[in-house]
Amino acid sequence: MQNRIATRQAYGLALVDLGKNNPNVVVLDADLSKSTYTVKFAKEFPERFFNAGVAEANMIGMAAGLATCGFIVFASTFAIFATQRALNQIFQSIAYPELNVKIAASHAGITVGEDGASHQSIDDISIMKAIPGMTVIVPADSTEAYQATIAAARHFGPVYLRLSRAPTPQVLPEDYTFKIGKACVLREGSDVTIVACGTMVYEAMAAAEKLLSHGISAEIINMSTVKPIDRETLLNSVMKTGCVVTAEEHSVIGGLGDAVCAVISEEYPCPVRKIGVKDQFGQSGKPEELLKVYGLTSDDIVQIVLNLKGGRV
Amino acid sequence: MFETFELVSNYTELQSIALRIRKSIIKMISQAGSGHPGGSLSCVEILTALYFKVLRLNPDYPEDMDRDRFILSKGHAAPALYATLAEFGFIPKEWLNSLRKFGSPLQGHPDMKKVPGIEISTGSLGQGLSVGVGMALGAKIQKLGYRVFVLLGDGECQEGQVWEAAMAASHYKLNNLIAIVDRNRLQIDGNTEDVMSLEPFVEKWKAFGWMTVEVNGHDFGEIIPAFQIIPYISKPLAIIANTVKGKGVSFMENNVDWHGKAPKHEEAEKALEELEEKVCELV
Repeated sequence: MQNRIATRQAYGLALVDLGKNNPNVVVLDADLSKSTYTVKFAKEFPERFFNAGVAEANMIGMAAGLATCGFIVFASTFAIFATQRALNQIFQSIAYPELNVKIAASHAGITVGEDGASHQSIDDISIMKAIPGMTVIVPADSTEAYQATIAAARHFGPVYLRLSRAPTPQVLPEDYTFKIGKACVLREGSDVTIVACGTMVYEAMAAAEKLLSHGISAEIINMSTVKPIDRETLLNSVMKTGCVVTAEEHSVIGGLGDAVCAVISEEYPCPVRKIGVKDQFGQSGKPEELLKVYGLTSDDIVQIVLNLKGGRV
Repeated sequence: MFETFELVSNYTELQSIALRIRKSIIKMISQAGSGHPGGSLSCVEILTALYFKVLRLNPDYPEDMDRDRFILSKGHAAPALYATLAEFGFIPKEWLNSLRKFGSPLQGHPDMKKVPGIEISTGSLGQGLSVGVGMALGAKIQKLGYRVFVLLGDGECQEGQVWEAAMAASHYKLNNLIAIVDRNRLQIDGNTEDVMSLEPFVEKWKAFGWMTVEVNGHDFGEIIPAFQIIPYISKPLAIIANTVKGKGVSFMENNVDWHGKAPKHEEAEKALEELEEKVCELV
């Protein structure tokens, strides 16, 4: 797969491949098929694609109905609409009856950029995590997004797949294999564990490079399945490094950071710092400008790690 | 496609089933100490007609791929559905004693994971028709002949999602989707027309591209013929069934207080006596 394509684009490619191999795959969209890349599936398999129009709640209900007929249903829209406009429908019609629906939520996070706060989903991980039985996946790059889409189709039950708008650099090795619920240590280190998901994995990797010049060896974990979280990989790392920094393109409330804190506080209490959007709304701007303003760059990670380690290095 | 199950052919027999269902509803809710008698009693004839005259279902084989689907979008009428499923043979009658009790399959609102014959879990209003649209699309993709029937409450039609679904159903020309609205004109806070008016209600469905039929929802002579036009329709069908909330129990009829209140022991006894008298009248 070529470098620097958006995770949503890889999702679109994966859907087409799934469609070829499995006649039970059905895709829904809510008038955003060109943006979510479901348009590719729509062109190849028009009889298995349904546009719900600008009606997310109804789309989720339609997905539930199709799932009861034995279809593997992918319902796509922007993250902000999937989780905020159709939340009760996801809870009642999908999650409660444990139906086989994958909610593919693109344009998540603050890097959706210029459209501004109304379109920047920064609470979706938190919301979806709270729903019983919902699996939450945040792919780090297009390789992982492609594999996660295939894995979601194979996994029976509701899945929330969080995708982003902006192209992401490749961070995962060629031979990487995604597995739901399995985190991946991307870089070994001994002084601090940095747990990241989505676009922040790349920033974490860049931060690890920069930290070397400060004499700090950072271990990087790509926690692409935020729920259920891979406790084992996390704890193995923390027992070695003794402290954690989490990084996510999401509010610091209720997301990856809080999921990590829950594990750490129960099993191995140690210092944790969370990087994410503070308790505030976003604004219009270029993705890179916003990452900077909201403290989501590799330099921010470096700074937090340096503060955390204090004089102990 | 399998044969239509003409379980019951005569209206008197249907009326006696309906009375048994009404009695079950009163007993169940009274035993549970909570529940929704008003909206359960108003849809009894609709459910009876569906299960004993219309739906292609096999009581011995609830999972048949080509079965007709029924969705109780007004999930709070669960006691009516449970009592009907027990009469029909999908669930044991003993289950009815456990309504809303800890560990019971008969949850306060229908749970598809716990009860055979429940096609989708409902309760939060306004969602059933969307699920019906999905099921009806599923039948089209699978080239199966099953039909999808969705029973909605009238108050529920104040949810925007109902009209999103109505729009989608006509857009996708779902002539295998039938919505039945239990138009009992009462909702928790009072008359639907005072709380948030629905009229002109039939015209609304028409405007959304549906074929419509208005019937007396307690008269089998009107309900059953309405379903007989299904094989000839080219668009989704909405049956507006005018009903009486609390139907069959004099002190509950048209009384909004009985929307979500369980009858006390003496009240239940009185209701059952009244229903028993009606049973005697039938014979």
